Amino acid sequence: MISQLSVFLANERGRLAAACRALADAGFNMHSLVLADTADFGVARIFCDRPEEAAALLAEAGYRAAVTPVIAVRVPNAPGGLATLLEFCDGAGMNVEYGYCYSVGPDTAVDVLKIEGEGAEAKLAEGGFDLVEADEIYAV
Amino acid sequence: MAHYYQPDIETMPREELRALQLERMRESMRNAYENVGVFRERFDAAGVTPEDLTCLEDLARFPFVVKQDMRDAYPFGMFARPNAEVARIHASSGTTGQATVVGHTAADLANWADCFARGIAMVGGSADSTIQVSYGYGLFTGGLGAHAGGEAMGCTVIPTSSGNTKRQVQMMRDLGTDILACTPSYALLIADTAIELGYDPATEFPISAVICGAEPASQNMKDEIAEKLGVQYCDVYGLSEIMGPGVAMECAEGGGIHVAEDQFYCEVVDPETLEVLPDGQWGELVITTLARECCPLVRYRTRDVTRIVDEPCACGRTHRKIDYLRGRTDDMLIIRGVNVFPSQIEQVITEFPEIAAQYQIILTSNGPLDRVELQVETVPDFPFDEVRKLEDLKRRLAAELKGNLQVAVEIKIVEPKTIERSMGKAKRVVDLREGTNR
Ligand SMILES: [Zn+2]
Repeated sequence: MISQLSVFLANERGRLAAACRALADAGFNMHSLVLADTADFGVARIFCDRPEEAAALLAEAGYRAAVTPVIAVRVPNAPGGLATLLEFCDGAGMNVEYGYCYSVGPDTAVDVLKIEGEGAEAKLAEGGFDLVEADEIYAV
Repeated sequence: MAHYYQPDIETMPREELRALQLERMRESMRNAYENVGVFRERFDAAGVTPEDLTCLEDLARFPFVVKQDMRDAYPFGMFARPNAEVARIHASSGTTGQATVVGHTAADLANWADCFARGIAMVGGSADSTIQVSYGYGLFTGGLGAHAGGEAMGCTVIPTSSGNTKRQVQMMRDLGTDILACTPSYALLIADTAIELGYDPATEFPISAVICGAEPASQNMKDEIAEKLGVQYCDVYGLSEIMGPGVAMECAEGGGIHVAEDQFYCEVVDPETLEVLPDGQWGELVITTLARECCPLVRYRTRDVTRIVDEPCACGRTHRKIDYLRGRTDDMLIIRGVNVFPSQIEQVITEFPEIAAQYQIILTSNGPLDRVELQVETVPDFPFDEVRKLEDLKRRLAAELKGNLQVAVEIKIVEPKTIERSMGKAKRVVDLREGTNR
């Protein structure tokens, strides 16, 4: 499991920047950031160093911040990488809450999934997927 | 086995009770009209006399009185009886302007004691009970009102009054108090003090009921008191202008507070139009006294917000209930022509454990229409990470509010601490509408 830092943000100018600044000033290096937003709020999903500490820091500073367990899978950076993964999840009866992906170099991509319930990791490993360890992404 | 203090009155068939109300109302109006200047002037100006009252609904033709009328009549202008017949005077605290004084004849005091004693029976009390009165004694009606109720029932009355909380706990334990009568906040303090002193009053003290009133209490607070003391909670309504505690009291069935309908006639009116509202609708409680001799009141606007609950009660009492009070009319908002009380919104919010207690209502104008935005925060452990869950929460809250208020409310989930916390009373409503200065 990967610990993703999730931050609830009002859809107002400067809120995301302020959250990023707070992390930066405290020396937390960010490795990825994905923003899910609606008309009046957004949720920033972040991979950064020492996510538990980062969440505590932001909560202390008045943000609604928490650590969410997610799964990261390394897939070939080629057409169909994500589709294959999602089809497998579907076939195995795993309910994907949300997902996103980012590229790592020219050949690989990392697909991040939030899957409902337990046991998803084991099923994916059994299915031959290449799971990414937390320490491959950020300082634990 | 239901147990009543005055079974004939408390379980009187509705039709009989209404006939009694009409007869008493006419008599009470005559008393007011003939002996109290303000009523004579108002009735004359409105072109009505007590003889125009042919049915209870005719009451709607009569003018209202408000607290200011009583202030203006200070000191004796509202008295319908000469001093020789006045047995006692109570007065409101007068924190906002001139005090109001209310006189009671011996019969008024006896009726009052009976009203309160009915509530003692509602919590299972009898002549064998010990009641500890921890309301303040004095001009305030709480102490002496509860005291007389206890005496009327034949209880052992312990007049501790308020204060010296450790001694209250000691008395409660040593003298075997069955019923505690005081304000809800004081009941909670007594419970907490007992616990601090190392007792578990719920299991170690014989106390079985509290009769609490004179200040607002949320359901949470009532539950907390009932749990900590291990008691039945009886909500008592009363106001010094009308009488004091005992105008309405809550039976073991809950679901509202039984009005002493042989003594008081209740209407609920729209505080803006002053039209009488049908049963079940929220509005301002208006009370007409039916048996008060010294200070009769016709259509007194209480400024308290409630509704009439016209459903038979399993306790067997036929007197109707009013719902638990929802604040004061001064807090009322008019949104798209609909009366909305912030307490209604609060009530809905408390039904959503996902939402924190803080909230703010922002009113703006959208052309000719009012736009209502409710800002709320989720509780810290809400899984906000899933947008779907946030959207779902918003949808459910909006639907619940729409159902309760009849007004569409836009929900905005905000970051923690966005909603201003003030030291005193939180500012719950921000009205930015054009042309209003509410
Ligand atoms: Zn009842």
